[in-house]
Amino acid sequence: MEEMGMTLASNLKRILKYFLVRIIIMAITLLIGVYVVILVANMGGAVDEIRKSEIREAVGRRLLGDENYRIMSSEERQKYAKMLEEIEFKRFGLDQPFLIRSFLYLKQALTLDLGNAERLTSDTGSRKVKLIILERLVPTLVLMMTSFLILFFSALTFALFLSRRYGSFFDKMIIALAPLSAAPAWFYGIFLILIFAAILKILPFGGMVRVPPPDNAFEYFLSLLRHLVLPVFSVLLSSIFISTYNWRTYFLIYSNEDYVEMAKAKGLSSAMIERRYILRPTMPAIVTSFALSLITQWMGSITLETVFNWPGLGRRIYEAISNFDSPVIVGANVIYAYLLATTVLVLDVIYAILDPRVRVEATGGVEQ
Amino acid sequence: MSSILRGLKELKNYPSAMVGLAIIAFLVVLSIYTVITIPYSEAVKLWRGADQIWIENPRFARPVFFDWFTPKKLARTIIVDSRNNPNAKIVNQYGEDVEIIITLEFDFLYDEFPTEITLFMNKKIPGSDMYATFYWETPDGRRINLRRGSIKTRDSYEISQDTALRRRLGGKDAHVGLFSAGDNKKPLKGKYRFVIEAVSFDPEDDLDVRLIVYGTIHGIAGTDHLRRDLKIALFWGAPIALIFGLLAAVGTTALTMLIAAIGVWYRGVVDGLIQRITEVRMILPTLVILIMVGMFYSRSIWVILGTVVVLGVFGSGIKVYRAMFLQVREMPYIEAAQAYGARGGRIVFKYMLPRIIPMLIPAFVTEVPAFVFLEATLAFLGISDPVVPTWGKILYDAQSKGALYMGHYYWVVIPSVLLIITGLGFSMLGFALDRIFNPRLRRM
Repeated sequence: MEEMGMTLASNLKRILKYFLVRIIIMAITLLIGVYVVILVANMGGAVDEIRKSEIREAVGRRLLGDENYRIMSSEERQKYAKMLEEIEFKRFGLDQPFLIRSFLYLKQALTLDLGNAERLTSDTGSRKVKLIILERLVPTLVLMMTSFLILFFSALTFALFLSRRYGSFFDKMIIALAPLSAAPAWFYGIFLILIFAAILKILPFGGMVRVPPPDNAFEYFLSLLRHLVLPVFSVLLSSIFISTYNWRTYFLIYSNEDYVEMAKAKGLSSAMIERRYILRPTMPAIVTSFALSLITQWMGSITLETVFNWPGLGRRIYEAISNFDSPVIVGANVIYAYLLATTVLVLDVIYAILDPRVRVEATGGVEQ
Repeated sequence: MSSILRGLKELKNYPSAMVGLAIIAFLVVLSIYTVITIPYSEAVKLWRGADQIWIENPRFARPVFFDWFTPKKLARTIIVDSRNNPNAKIVNQYGEDVEIIITLEFDFLYDEFPTEITLFMNKKIPGSDMYATFYWETPDGRRINLRRGSIKTRDSYEISQDTALRRRLGGKDAHVGLFSAGDNKKPLKGKYRFVIEAVSFDPEDDLDVRLIVYGTIHGIAGTDHLRRDLKIALFWGAPIALIFGLLAAVGTTALTMLIAAIGVWYRGVVDGLIQRITEVRMILPTLVILIMVGMFYSRSIWVILGTVVVLGVFGSGIKVYRAMFLQVREMPYIEAAQAYGARGGRIVFKYMLPRIIPMLIPAFVTEVPAFVFLEATLAFLGISDPVVPTWGKILYDAQSKGALYMGHYYWVVIPSVLLIITGLGFSMLGFALDRIFNPRLRRM
């Protein structure tokens, strides 16, 4: 008993140490990643020049309407304008060099103090980056979660079904259809709009709900469902064949293991074999790849949302970039980076604790 | 090397691979044909459409092949030029004044109305005073007075835009009203005449006119909102897509492999650095970074290509190759090479990389469609080289002009079909190659 307690304690210590190292590495990665985004989103300081010239223009415009300004000599005018500009620069923190400010931005970004947007406003009129991003997060999540949950469960069911019928007609069909996944979701979206909205006229072209939105919650929900059909279906079309194909191959590899043969020999039902001996060892890898693709797709929804005119985060990021609104770009990226890092870390923790095959080394990574 | 050749020979057992190869061959032939017949500088100039090169094309015209699938005869563009018909013009001298009467005749035998009518006029003497009256004569003998007014040196009369005329035609557009008899929904077929009676107060003066009755079909690919022939962008889309896709795929796979091999061989700091860069890169969202580079820095196709490769090199692929090289590193033949004195560079290039190349071929082919579609995605968002015509750019124009909503389906469908064919071609070949070169899958 005492010995077991000892190994447990040393195991726990090792796991803890391992995670400490992981967290530190992840934090450094996050730090550098966010800093790169800040540099790119500010064009290495060039956005500041744009802002400065805008301030100069605004000051110039304001002075034109100033009575006192007209009676000044040209030298006084220049001095006065310069003074006003300096005050404005100071107000926006532009008097300091970009390098110093970039680290200030980094600190603000990492502490999620996202500040105010340059140009964009939220639908309610606020300039707070947090609001601008949060109000669009829900539509994106609705779209992405719906499509991904349907995708996950249908692909999993098909893959299991096909792995049992290796070489059948459906199996060959999926292999033949897999190359269709070369095209992204927005691409299928165009075709679906063409067929169902333009020609058949049974589903809307885009948007999230009917205009004007229905007052009644139930009708609102129905309208939302109607608008969800085409975008969700385009995500499915672009991913379901390849996911089914990949997971089917994966299941096939695992169903050749000796312990599966053993289970078959014992006379267990095929449903039980699937649940206990095939799904269980393959699940961690499938869930990991699924969780990661969910997060990366979340940022890749820009084009899909453009095609379907979906009022989501992807559209907002695109608006922010085309308006040179660095705070919003940085804000969205920071949230993305945090989400990704946390997911990776949480998955790591879960596997290290749950999966007995995962070997934990204090310095290296998790090896399976 | 021989194993690669053997694998390639095996390809003919896979029908999908043969289809894929046929598609790729078609694209290559199309690209070569395009580059020869429409030189790049020519294509750029045409696509920019300066100096009204496209003025004789209708807007939003469907491709000509639409005509083959309908019993109706679709309207083509009719151009009548007084310079080509010397009999069309009568010049009468009255002392200091000159009267010019031009009669343009044409047959209209189509089952649908044209989309626009415009008259272009060229007067000989700049600054002279010239007044004209325009008439329209229908096959059933009616004569409609269109307008009266002065003519400038280079003038045009957009008959379809004439609001006064529209009122007189009972609210119908000129290109409908002038071609219909009564309330008939179909155009009146037969010989139409367009008559201009002009008077100038300069005896030397002369006038030439060109009447364009724009149709609804044009060329093999149709036209867009700027009257540009879509053929140019559809044809040039092929070489651009191939070059972008292939270069990005080659660049990414080859560099990823090289960097993974270097990391595995030199271990320690180098390997750690490569892994950390990869991890930082994974935190950056690819599409967002690409859009930022396109918006902020440069939309040149080469800059975008370079960014795509840099972002692609430190992607998830590097971990896969690293795992492969870790196995290779421990193999006895590497030890043997070290024993006879081979150094790092030689081992990486001569011993480690060749070992992985069979794995590289399917990976590289399957990556091509992803990059072709990435370029299209960026173009669709409006981030593309301003001078190069591509398929994604057509889709962008079509989307921003609401092509699907307005019913201009050809505008969206043709470039999309070309894109998906390209994607399918490479992807079908890649899947077959994967099954050949990945023995683990072959067992399946």
